[in-house]
Amino acid sequence: MPSILHRTIALSLATGISLLVGGCLFEQSALHPAGRDASELSALAWFMFAAAVVVWAIVMGATIYAVLGKKKPRSERFADRLIIGGGVAFPTIGLAILLVFGLSLLPSWTSADTPDLRVHVRAEQFWWRLGYEQADGSVVETANELHLPNDATVEFVLSSTDVIHSFWIPALGGKMDAIPGRTNQLRLTPTKPGTYRGVCAEFCGPSHALMAFPVVVHEGSGFTEWMEQQRQPASARSDAFLGAGCGGCHVVRGVSEAGSVGPDLTHFGSRSTIGAGTLANTRENLIAWITTPGHIKPGVGMPSFMSLPEAERAAIADYLMELR
Amino acid sequence: MTPDEKAAETRQLEQVWAQPRGWRAFSDVNNSTVGLWYIATAFAFMLFAGALALIIRLQLAVPENDLVPAETFNQLFTLHGTVMMFLFAVPIFEAVAILILPAMLGARDLPFPRLSAFGYWCFLIGGVFVSSSIFFGQAPDAGWFMYPPLSTEQSGIGADIWLLGLSFIEVASIAAAVELIVGVLKCRAPGMHINLTPLYGWYVLIVGAMILFAFPPLIAGDLLFELERLLDWPFFDVTRGGDPILWQHLFWIFGHPEVYIIFLPAIALLAMIVPTFAQRPIAGYSWIVLSALGTGFLSFGLWVHHMFTTGLPSISLGFFAAASEAVAIPTGIQIFAFIATVMLGTVIRSVPMLYCLGALAIFIVGGLTGVMVAVAPFDFQAHDTYFIVAHLHYVLIGGMLFPVMAGVHYYYPFARGKMLSRTLGIWSFWLMFIGFNVAFLPMHLTGLLGMPRRVFTYPAGLGFEWLNLISTVGAFVFAGGFPALCVGLRAAQAQGAGRTA
Repeated sequence: MPSILHRTIALSLATGISLLVGGCLFEQSALHPAGRDASELSALAWFMFAAAVVVWAIVMGATIYAVLGKKKPRSERFADRLIIGGGVAFPTIGLAILLVFGLSLLPSWTSADTPDLRVHVRAEQFWWRLGYEQADGSVVETANELHLPNDATVEFVLSSTDVIHSFWIPALGGKMDAIPGRTNQLRLTPTKPGTYRGVCAEFCGPSHALMAFPVVVHEGSGFTEWMEQQRQPASARSDAFLGAGCGGCHVVRGVSEAGSVGPDLTHFGSRSTIGAGTLANTRENLIAWITTPGHIKPGVGMPSFMSLPEAERAAIADYLMELR
Repeated sequence: MTPDEKAAETRQLEQVWAQPRGWRAFSDVNNSTVGLWYIATAFAFMLFAGALALIIRLQLAVPENDLVPAETFNQLFTLHGTVMMFLFAVPIFEAVAILILPAMLGARDLPFPRLSAFGYWCFLIGGVFVSSSIFFGQAPDAGWFMYPPLSTEQSGIGADIWLLGLSFIEVASIAAAVELIVGVLKCRAPGMHINLTPLYGWYVLIVGAMILFAFPPLIAGDLLFELERLLDWPFFDVTRGGDPILWQHLFWIFGHPEVYIIFLPAIALLAMIVPTFAQRPIAGYSWIVLSALGTGFLSFGLWVHHMFTTGLPSISLGFFAAASEAVAIPTGIQIFAFIATVMLGTVIRSVPMLYCLGALAIFIVGGLTGVMVAVAPFDFQAHDTYFIVAHLHYVLIGGMLFPVMAGVHYYYPFARGKMLSRTLGIWSFWLMFIGFNVAFLPMHLTGLLGMPRRVFTYPAGLGFEWLNLISTVGAFVFAGGFPALCVGLRAAQAQGAGRTA
């Protein structure tokens, strides 16, 4: 359906909008698609927008004319015709066409063919536990930063253990809820390499607004290389980290695997954000986060480590930055 | 009958119908008094919830704002939605109907005046109870549809306040529904057959019946909810065999018809106002009655479109998408019947008519975006974003607030015997109309650019800072319409004595 005309309209409107708002990076936008579903849906959105503007103009035009215009006297039969034509025939036909066409875009999430990659996503307050299924069936766990190969169909297996969340990467496609007690599937196919942003879309508590994640779509062998690196155990150990008891909640593979309440930190230094998309991953931010996470992210599960000596907090931060 | 007897009888009649004075004024059950109390109270709640919305808009005016903390923000938007829906949109229907229905049917009062008064006091008590919670920092904070497990397991006492307060409102709504249904069926003047009833009566009848079917699932859901919170019964707790989706079904099988419970009585006001100012009887009376019935019926079959992203099978998505589109047809018929009426008549330009046009312009946008989100795949993107915030406000402001404002200007002389100022009416209209569109039109885009709803903050650099700032400015212009209205009401009261009601 997305004819060249629609594309042109969409493109010019999108450009106009980007100029309007100062040429920002629309990395969380459903109207700047980088995936198969998102492209289809943004074309559908622009098409429906255009149709809606036309319908609105016609109905309001008729109304304004009826109120202000100089009219010929009309008969009751004219009224009946107007009601049948405008109220019955037009919406019935219009909506039937829209339905046939719109519902044809319904994805078949449960299709039998195996996806190219399966990622297990467990949404927790307020972060994302990600597990990449490997060819041998094992799962490599990371957190809060999603990496995907370009042009591959990825199946997300969504679950939650606390409250209802919703997994949404606008640039790649629609959202799907992660509901306690249920497992939902969502398939997305990235078509344009780059960095995007995903968010939680279902209100899930105080820090719902701070539950995001960067999405990196790799070109060529980029994803395989990244996966290989993530598969490795941690490159170093740290007494400061272990001494402060960080291992009680965080896994650093090869160093401490006792507690896994919080996000896996094995390759923390390779990630671009802290606290699920809340802060940029810099040393200063990391020290601030370790000191008072609750000030930065209300309701976060991580306790404050203000009681640790400053040097020790800095040492933990240095260690984590090193885990690339 | 001798003149003396006649005079004695008149005296007796006047005594029976006299308004109680002093402290006893609170015991009044006359529909024209209770109706006015009801309307004034509902408007007061609306102004309160509107003030909450302005704080929300201030917080979102700029990225990474820290005007209010997350916990307070969550209480603000939960209470804004709750109060607007349960303490303004639904009660204002009951309030207006109690005030104007008897006169329209040629009756002196409704069949059970004490029931109306009972409903009003329930509404007032429940409403004050829920609204005041925010002043103690204990307002509900899980969103106005209170999804478990967040609301059952992690909310404080606010969730109980929500449940208890709304139980009063549910009682009030059902009381009003019973009263109004019996009123329309039994209190019509001799010779006024059902097919000659003013359209308002038909709408009231249909909406009353809808309330009787829509509120029980909510009441049932509320009972389960409170049993879980208070006595730890596991209806929505998956670890013990419950299911959080059960609440979503119970809530939305009430929640969707509720939209039409709000919309139909407002469009009923248009059905009375438009013919007056078009100076001719309404065109397509039977069409309107049938399509109102159709809307009421269909509205019970599309609640799942609020749950498109919960992982339902495609066949369910397709069915409920089609049902959601279908409801646009009877709605379209009603709108075209009004347009046809105006086409056939000669229009007197007036403030109520201006509000009717504004309502139409806004509501059609809401209807068209409704058609968009009913297409399930598009909803996967739009759901839970500012696109939905824009959509629902276009529907409710165009489908309820503007018609009610038209009704206020139209029926004020009936209720108080005085006219409202035309100049102030026009001022309040344009402030509201322009302010509303400036605030909410950009939100369609904000949502599709990726801003989820119910966020207390957002990072800079995602492309929606300016849109949010524009929305905030618009919200304040919109709010400016209400002082203009209040000044108008005050000025009308200050005028010399008019007809005594």
